[in-house]
Amino acid sequence: MQIYLPIAEVSVNAFLLLGLGGIVGVLSGMFGVGGGFLMTPLLFFIGIPPAVAVATEANQIVASSFSGVLAHLKRKTVDLRMGTVLLIGGLVGSALGILLFNYLKSLGQVELLVQLCYVVFLGMIGTLMFIESLNAIRNANKAGGRAVPKRRKHNWVHNLPFKMKFRVSGLYISVIPPLMVGVLVGVLAAIMGVGGGFIMVPAMIYLLGMPTKVVVGTSLFQIIFVTAFTTMLHATTNYTVDVVLAVLLLVGGVIGAQIGTRIGVKMKAEQLRILLAIMVLAVCGKLAFDLLITPSELYSLGTGGHS
Amino acid sequence: MIRLLACLLLLALPAKAEEIVLGLSRDEVAITATFEGSEFLIFGAIKRDGRSEAEGDLGVIVTVAGPDEPVVVRKKDRRLGIWVNTDAVEVDVAPTFYAVATNRPLQEILTFTEDLNTRISTQRAIRSVGATVDNAERFTQALIRIRARQGLYQRLPTGVLVEEETLFRTLIPLPANLTEGDYRAEIYLTRGKQIVDVYTTTIPVKKVGLERWLYNLAHDQPFLYGLMSLAIAIFSGWAAAAAFTVFRR
Repeated sequence: MQIYLPIAEVSVNAFLLLGLGGIVGVLSGMFGVGGGFLMTPLLFFIGIPPAVAVATEANQIVASSFSGVLAHLKRKTVDLRMGTVLLIGGLVGSALGILLFNYLKSLGQVELLVQLCYVVFLGMIGTLMFIESLNAIRNANKAGGRAVPKRRKHNWVHNLPFKMKFRVSGLYISVIPPLMVGVLVGVLAAIMGVGGGFIMVPAMIYLLGMPTKVVVGTSLFQIIFVTAFTTMLHATTNYTVDVVLAVLLLVGGVIGAQIGTRIGVKMKAEQLRILLAIMVLAVCGKLAFDLLITPSELYSLGTGGHS
Repeated sequence: MIRLLACLLLLALPAKAEEIVLGLSRDEVAITATFEGSEFLIFGAIKRDGRSEAEGDLGVIVTVAGPDEPVVVRKKDRRLGIWVNTDAVEVDVAPTFYAVATNRPLQEILTFTEDLNTRISTQRAIRSVGATVDNAERFTQALIRIRARQGLYQRLPTGVLVEEETLFRTLIPLPANLTEGDYRAEIYLTRGKQIVDVYTTTIPVKKVGLERWLYNLAHDQPFLYGLMSLAIAIFSGWAAAAAFTVFRR
């Protein structure tokens, strides 16, 4: 069934969108990532204008994250205090990101920026996570049982001022690193149309040293607000949020997220991480390949008007 | 249509030897939620005064143009191993939709000068002034190529059927990715490559119902629209979570 999207001004198959939403929703629930880093490129492929895809995806992530965080709140795996600190950084970052996005759009380089961001961040994080979880699995096997990962090492993070107690995470650290992580994620949310979970989850584990158990719920909590803010900014400055597209994606997405959360609980943390790492690397590889090969059409069209 | 034609023929004879009488399959195109593209059926007849004998080959040209919009054409180049947008040309006027249907290839029924004046062919319909890049023409060619691939620019060299040198009809397919606005249909009648009559009409293409309402809201009340989008998102997130809790019991 074809459906006409009023803002994107294209006609697409409704079931295709529902299906995409569902699959990405399952992954979102499993890994605590918004799934935007998969969905946004997929929307480009089916012919949604990039600006609409980025803005609408932010709106859709609000829904899937909200659905996911409810499940986590019930299990008390959300560190609200840490989430709020990350959120403050996130809102600042999101505003900066929109400014950068609109500036580069006027230069015609926004596509490149988005792709480069994907390649760099996905490549870095995917590789790190892959190596780390492979080691963790190997160590666990060598010990012949469940090795309790102890990662409360003291690094530079612990020597910064403005310390704060995060009871749920069992941490007493400075607020500067989480704020910085928040800003970075906010910028990415605005320019890449992603929630930023794929950056935040590893940053929380490896940089802040938070227990894996609370990481997913806390990142979802932060993502809801940052993507909601991003949606508002895109809606009011670019008029590119397509609510019909968002509804179709999120109907599939929220159902998928619920299923995913339940699958995630049954899996071991190392397995979960290695799967996420493989997926991140696959998307990165595809995007890098697209930048390197000669495109079939050297020219592209952009909307007119003066910057 | 035949009756209409007959009526008109009975009326006082005009000054021109040949004139176009037109019919349209529809007065407007409505874009609804299930819009999958549409088509314009344009048909008509050529009315003659009967006194003077027409000379030269008959040509019928039908053009349909969507609303004009400026567009930026960018070209990629390899920089440091990756493909980057380097040059850009701003095309000041480019119709968002443009179809040219003729009964024979355009150059056989229209002189170059007439094309220059009337801007009938697709290349002429696009205007870019003050392009600062070499080979600016390549950019407009790319624009035509990309839009043709999307079904937005069409050249139908045998798209007009002419019967008995009097009746003509053409079917112009409209893709699903149409831009709203007034579409201008122009019908040219040529004899020996010279234009003898022109008929112009507009066909509005607009979104209706929910599509219309959402589009207007997004542009007139963006803040409200954003809040509404968020409310829908939050509600569906909550509904899905609640529904699954019920299922598990």
